[in-house]
Amino acid sequence: MSGSEHGAAVGRGARPLSPHLQVYRLPLTAVMSILHRVTGCALMGGGVALIWWLVAAASGKGAFDFINWLLTSWVGGLGMLVFGAALMYHLCNGIRHLIWDAGYGYEKPEVAASNKAVLIGAGVLSAVLFVYAWLA
Amino acid sequence: MGMITPRARVEGLGSAKSGTEHWWGQRVTAVALAVLTPIFLVGFAKMLGRPYEEVLAFYGRPLNAILAGLFIAAAFVHLKQGLQVVIEDYVHSPALKTTAFLANTLLTTAFAAAGIFSLAIIALR
Repeated sequence: MSGSEHGAAVGRGARPLSPHLQVYRLPLTAVMSILHRVTGCALMGGGVALIWWLVAAASGKGAFDFINWLLTSWVGGLGMLVFGAALMYHLCNGIRHLIWDAGYGYEKPEVAASNKAVLIGAGVLSAVLFVYAWLA
Repeated sequence: MGMITPRARVEGLGSAKSGTEHWWGQRVTAVALAVLTPIFLVGFAKMLGRPYEEVLAFYGRPLNAILAGLFIAAAFVHLKQGLQVVIEDYVHSPALKTTAFLANTLLTTAFAAAGIFSLAIIALR
């Protein structure tokens, strides 16, 4: 869709919209903000898996063995890895949000640095979690 | 001042109908989770994939059960608070919005209750 068609579609004449979302490259900070929401919503799925696992453990061996098999199967294990990484990202970026809420770190260079810190932190913590889950 | 009823002025709340309680509540659970999440994962990541008897023995210990229960409570309250904001931002039809709020409240409460009750069963058996 061209810009003018889009403008006409919403009754604004032929004027372009700015920033036009189809050509505007979102800054890293914006992408990370969206990712915070996406991972937060996805964690509901991880929460449901965790509760299923606990209810099954309280219910009996048969129920537990099934969910244990499911969560450690190829597909379930991959899901656990995704949830683990999503949780580590949401945790690291959440701590940055708390620092922002306290009133610090709003300058552009500070945000660029915290972008990097959150991404590296989430990556390292995910790796530590995966290795720990594998070996422990 | 403008067009505002005396009662609304006393309450100090505009068309949003509430103050900063929701925002602050989400920060309270966030701080709790910043501590509880790593503690919970040290146990859970170890137990995932372990045999039935071992998992029961682990969560049968009071401290493990209490910390897991606290994590589940904080996590599902935080999930409910976060999903509510997402619904407020993206769902605009009043009927759908009310339905989504209801589903969010009921499901997050039910999952948290199921998890904590299961931990109690395991710990007290």
